[in-house]
Amino acid sequence: MEELLEILQELHPDVNFEEEEHLIDDKILDSFDIISIISEIAEQFDVVISAEHILPENFNSAKALYELIKQLEDED
Amino acid sequence: MLFTSYRFLEFLLILLLLYYILPAKWQWKVLLLASFVFYFWASPIYCVYIALTIFTTWYAGRKIEALREKSASFLREQKENLSKEEKKSYKAKIKHRTWIWTLSCLLLNLGILAVVKYTNFVISNINSVIKAVGSVGELSFVDMIVPLGISFYTFQAMGYIIDVYRGTVEAEKNVFRFALFVSFFPQLIQGPISRFGDLKKMLFQEHPFDRKTFSFGLQRILWGYFKKLVIADRILTGVNTLIHEADIYNGAYVFVGMLFYALELYADFTGGIDITIGIAQTMGIEVTENFRRPYFSKNIKEYWNRWHITMGSWFTDYIFYPISVCKPMLKLSKFSRNHFGEVIGKRVPVYLSSFVVWFATGIWHGASWNFIAWGLGNWLVIMVSQELEPLYKKFHDRFHVNGKFGFSMFQVVRTVLLMSCLRLFDCYRDVPLTFRMFGSMFSAGNWNILWDGSLLNIGLTVTDYFILLCGLLLLIAVSLLQRTGSVREKIASLPYWGKFILWYGLFLVVLLMGAYGIGYDSSQFIYNQF
Repeated sequence: MEELLEILQELHPDVNFEEEEHLIDDKILDSFDIISIISEIAEQFDVVISAEHILPENFNSAKALYELIKQLEDED
Repeated sequence: MLFTSYRFLEFLLILLLLYYILPAKWQWKVLLLASFVFYFWASPIYCVYIALTIFTTWYAGRKIEALREKSASFLREQKENLSKEEKKSYKAKIKHRTWIWTLSCLLLNLGILAVVKYTNFVISNINSVIKAVGSVGELSFVDMIVPLGISFYTFQAMGYIIDVYRGTVEAEKNVFRFALFVSFFPQLIQGPISRFGDLKKMLFQEHPFDRKTFSFGLQRILWGYFKKLVIADRILTGVNTLIHEADIYNGAYVFVGMLFYALELYADFTGGIDITIGIAQTMGIEVTENFRRPYFSKNIKEYWNRWHITMGSWFTDYIFYPISVCKPMLKLSKFSRNHFGEVIGKRVPVYLSSFVVWFATGIWHGASWNFIAWGLGNWLVIMVSQELEPLYKKFHDRFHVNGKFGFSMFQVVRTVLLMSCLRLFDCYRDVPLTFRMFGSMFSAGNWNILWDGSLLNIGLTVTDYFILLCGLLLLIAVSLLQRTGSVREKIASLPYWGKFILWYGLFLVVLLMGAYGIGYDSSQFIYNQF
């Protein structure tokens, strides 16, 4: 989780990713941010988030995104 | 059958009567019939094309669903007998087969779109190459039928098949219900591009007559007619003069032309969408909004989140994301990080994918280089803005201008001007000419035309300018009111005489000041051609 928070924080230092739960709904993250995050996750976690997983519910909070990474890791 | 024709109004009247008189369970069937009558009216041959898209997409969707059901039942039955690896390999096999169905459907339908829309563009480029290398002879152009709204209904159907493949919607079992989703006539010719998951409930549930929803629908239609007939079709004369006689109207005329075109396009496209959403609403059906006061955007990225929203989100979900996160792209990103450093490596997926998206957006608008140049111009501006964002932030923090009224106005005007400049590619339909005309704004030195009466010689009279100015002010006022909620709700809460004056007033304005009747040839909606 720490690693993920670092990735997110680097992108938007002014956002409290531990608390925020509406990153997509409140348009805090845009499509460019999402791609940067996925590319960083692929690099650091060795997990590929495919297009079908790019849904608001998976990106609305750091926690949800972390859950998705765990789920994809388990599937591998 | 144009939305602005008397025939269409007769068609709509008959449809609404049948829709509410016949049993409610028949409503979607009435709508399907009406959609095919509407399309058949445009040209019987068009129905063949749309039927092909409907049937092939529906069939592929059913096949994907059947494979998925078969796989789930097999895995359930063999739960104890298969190892984890065997289950994984079986799932991968099924997924591959569903992908083959999806890909075949995409290739067939996007192939039809490509052939009917882009064959002559390819031929003209081949001919240019033949000429450039000094060879004799050229390929002849093909007389191609381009079905009305093919770009819109194909995208809607392809969005559906990708959603079925991704498992975000269930495949529709009934081909006729699916046919209504693809051919739903109000949005068939200029969008919005709806998603099956959003629209299906609305299309197939029963809609008893509701006076408020019905009258709100009619009000939205009236507002759309106002935008289209009073503003767009009136300013069209001036825009056409300025654009079609580019040799005469250069310099400051180009500046005037691009602002006039900005107003025309806004009134035309949002007016058309108002009519679309209004028609659907009279039948109790909510259609996705396609605009959110785009000319109030503070930067071009925000503008594209507020203009033609459904097209933008289609490109993002079905082209931008899949390309950005596909394995080769991630490998390329890794390679770039290793060889060119973090800064470049991180940017590779975003830059390349958005380049493809903007190229596709450009060519989707029309089969010619000017639209491609327009798309790539947007890409360039967005990427430059993205790179300059840290600099902007420093500037905003240093001078404390963020949120200040004056600075916000500057940002809004800057965005409108930037978008209008890019649209010159759309106006002149010729890339070198566009650059020449843009350059002439800075070299012709004829800014006196703005006040010496020359603008009265471009086909617009003082009365036209007066009506356009009042129309523009009304558009701005309504947009400002919309920021605090629905304008129709606000009007509905007025006393009876207030409502009466406003709506009948608007009706009279459309009737008396709309550009139609003798002497006017009500024009096609601009987006119908895409």
